[in-house]
Amino acid sequence: MPKDTGIGAPMKRREDIRFLTGKGRYTADINLRGQAYAAFARSEVAHGKINAIDTRAASEMPGVLCVMTGEDFAAMGGNPAGWLINSRDGTPMREPKRPVLAHGKVRHVGDAYAVVVAETVEQARDAVAAIEADITELPAIVDMKAALADSGNRVHDEIPDNLCFDWGWIEDNRAAVEEAFAKAPHVTTLELVNNRLVPNAMEPRASLADYNPGTEDYTLYTTSQNPHLHRLLIAAFVMGIPEHKLTVIAPDVGGGFGSKIYHYGEEAAVLAAAKALKRPVKWVADRTESFLSDAHGRDHVTKIQLACEKDGTFLALRTETLANVGAYLSNFATATPTFLHGTLMAGPYKTPLVYVNVKAVFTNTAPVDAYRGAGRPEATFSIERIVDKAADELGIDKLEIRRKNLIGADQYPYTTPVGLVYDTGNYAATLDKMVELADVAGFEKRAAESKARGKLRGIGYSTWIEACGIAPSNLVGVLGSRVGLFDAATVRVNATGNLSVMTGAHSHGQGHETVFAQVVAEKLGIPESSIEIVHGDTSKIPFGMGSYGSRSLAVAGSAMVKAVDKIIAKGKKIAAHMLEAAEDDITFENGKFQVAGTDKAKTFGEIAFSAYVPHNYPLETLEPGLEESAFYDPGNFTYPAGAYACEVEVDPDTGRVEILSFTAADDFGNVMNPLIVQGQVHGGVGQGIGQALLENTTYDENGQLLSGSFMDYAMPRADDVPFYTVDHSCNTPCTHNPLGVKGCGEAGAIGSPPAVVNAVVDALRRGGHTGISHIDMPVSPSRVWQAMQA
Amino acid sequence: MTKVTMTVNGKTVSGEVEGRTLLSGFLREGLGLTGTHIGCDTSQCGACTVHVNGRAVKSCTVFALDVAGAEVKTIEGMANADGSLSVLQQAFQDCHGLQCGFCTPGMVMASAALLADNPTPSEAEVRHGLEGNLCRCTGYHNIVKAVLQASGQDITAIPA
Repeated sequence: MPKDTGIGAPMKRREDIRFLTGKGRYTADINLRGQAYAAFARSEVAHGKINAIDTRAASEMPGVLCVMTGEDFAAMGGNPAGWLINSRDGTPMREPKRPVLAHGKVRHVGDAYAVVVAETVEQARDAVAAIEADITELPAIVDMKAALADSGNRVHDEIPDNLCFDWGWIEDNRAAVEEAFAKAPHVTTLELVNNRLVPNAMEPRASLADYNPGTEDYTLYTTSQNPHLHRLLIAAFVMGIPEHKLTVIAPDVGGGFGSKIYHYGEEAAVLAAAKALKRPVKWVADRTESFLSDAHGRDHVTKIQLACEKDGTFLALRTETLANVGAYLSNFATATPTFLHGTLMAGPYKTPLVYVNVKAVFTNTAPVDAYRGAGRPEATFSIERIVDKAADELGIDKLEIRRKNLIGADQYPYTTPVGLVYDTGNYAATLDKMVELADVAGFEKRAAESKARGKLRGIGYSTWIEACGIAPSNLVGVLGSRVGLFDAATVRVNATGNLSVMTGAHSHGQGHETVFAQVVAEKLGIPESSIEIVHGDTSKIPFGMGSYGSRSLAVAGSAMVKAVDKIIAKGKKIAAHMLEAAEDDITFENGKFQVAGTDKAKTFGEIAFSAYVPHNYPLETLEPGLEESAFYDPGNFTYPAGAYACEVEVDPDTGRVEILSFTAADDFGNVMNPLIVQGQVHGGVGQGIGQALLENTTYDENGQLLSGSFMDYAMPRADDVPFYTVDHSCNTPCTHNPLGVKGCGEAGAIGSPPAVVNAVVDALRRGGHTGISHIDMPVSPSRVWQAMQA
Repeated sequence: MTKVTMTVNGKTVSGEVEGRTLLSGFLREGLGLTGTHIGCDTSQCGACTVHVNGRAVKSCTVFALDVAGAEVKTIEGMANADGSLSVLQQAFQDCHGLQCGFCTPGMVMASAALLADNPTPSEAEVRHGLEGNLCRCTGYHNIVKAVLQASGQDITAIPA
């Protein structure tokens, strides 16, 4: 009988009531008395020199309150890159200033160079059209290889050859890897593109700024995955104001997928405008602005090589990747293609030697940063594609080659050649589970049935691993992080025994309000309904780093458990006094403090009441009140892993791919709420199928974004995807956090793209197209059809 | 500015609007019904779906003035009279058919109209019927499941 409450229960989400009745409160839903509206003037060219911006006509338009340009923000600080990467030669990465508004040059289509604030949003937009910008268009730098060939055309004038860094991981392994390749009996080579994606959270970015001239306090309501990180970046780096003078509130946020981690110039611009006008200023992006200015994801061009024995044993792996960072460095842009990608290139395999080279390149395109999975999907796609290609070349079964090379369940802790220590796992178990659930044994029969209908059926696999729970701080510090990556929680027991739990994590769809309450309820033996989870407001929550990298439960959840443990420890002291017993004799179970071996007990509620009405209380040795905070910095990353299978049917006449089934067997460690975990995997797989079959961000040679709306950018829709089969029964709990959790938010998006592409290639090869070894994503009908004609 | 009058969630309402004011804007800014969300500018995402005279309409595709005199229903009008969730809303919660909640009002409105037209749709019909509503969180699995559950069909065979 499954539990219906506490840890492990498939509890329905408490958040749903407000969302299902139209009572959610997103940034765009919030209005402040007297607010004005901002609209931004954005570059129509990819690359240009700003000669002059004439705002006089715009300033005289009806309702216009102020017009500001890049010049007005030139003295402000730049929006920093959060991660310092050193090149192979030891030199630090090139880090251009990222201003609030473009100044001197515009560097991508959509680069904002002016802001208008007016009484209504229509007036603000009308006035933007009246700004006269004298911009000399320069040749656009779009292609990464061309960007690196220093033609003198530079995105940033001070950065030659448009190279941000040339990173080697691990540089000391390079020679040994080359030697292994020189001696290897077989080398498989693959060149591939990891297609550029637009995150497209359904809620566009929005900001509402307020300023109180009487107190000099700013408040920013904004679409953020990490309100404290936003506050830190805006206050300390960009605006130069004390952190305590800025409150950042991220209310209900309609999805993030990475794109709302980052600080964007619009946020500082509306804060500055609110101060200048002494009125609240609101900006809500339309979808076109989102396409043009949100941080995009992926965009790698990779050459990968795998050296193996003739029997398929992996000997060495090396990659050369060009990673597009766009026109400016977004906050995690430099971490994503390096430490979230290169360190994962061992995958779940025993490959003894690995070397990764990544060159990050500036181009006249929107900034590129972490998008669901962030570096790990790129790593997984490269690895899982070349494993399939090697298997085809060597004539080895795709499951067998994986089984042969997977790290064994008895090999943990396992130190990889790319600097990580996997604490636990059982990759063969998830692989076996996947084989069972996907009915791999019945595939040939199904393929014959497809063939009878003139269709080509294929099956593709991926065995993947990721590093989540991003932290520990000391390790990421060594690796170049400029921030700590701990998290924090405060547990406030109210006098009447109910709880407010303030967390540094932020929920923008993940269901923290439900799951975190389940965890606390279980620990304290009280009902979930007595527990409120508070997040998203820097004036209420402790300094935590927010939610991304599947870190919420593993890091912020661990901090919450630590704080709850402190509550229990203090409760025992209070109970010992009230029950006239020794503290060591007090046990706490099912919400009761009890003198061991007796029936003398106090309920959790009685202890809470006593802490706030301390009439019978050890005041001389113990403070009144029952509120505890904890910070938690993990000892290691967590390593979720899994095995995926995708079955497709290709129409040989049109090249159209239909996904017939998708199976995901994952190891997330302990599962707090299976309903929510399943939902996370569904969503990730949906996005992964989108990347594999549909989505592509296309700039033309002039740097114009051709896929700039939902008319042109193919988002997965309900009829593009099947029901997914999801399993998480093969669990190896994380060994180093108190809940044994690993994180599940990104898994689906990481493991699924190679499974889909492997399935398509398999279908084509089975159909006689044995010359096809790879098709770049998105595997669209035209690409498949063209590959079949070759 | 022109005065417009319509019935929204059973109440007669009026407001002054510009000719270019969209129904979505009138509902959100004029009436404060912020459950209707705006997720795009090309009438592709469906987050703003409402009912106009019983039919699902993307409220960003019609001017407020064009629906003068019409019966409009929004997500705020979908719960039962006693405030409890309707069968469809309850199915969305039961099946975890929503995550960030932003597409949810449009999904519920589109699903309600779909079920009114076709009370026992097949899986393929549900997928086709919701093709005009984008969700980035759920991979659609649990949304489709919720609509099938709300139609009274047995969903126990659908995988987790």
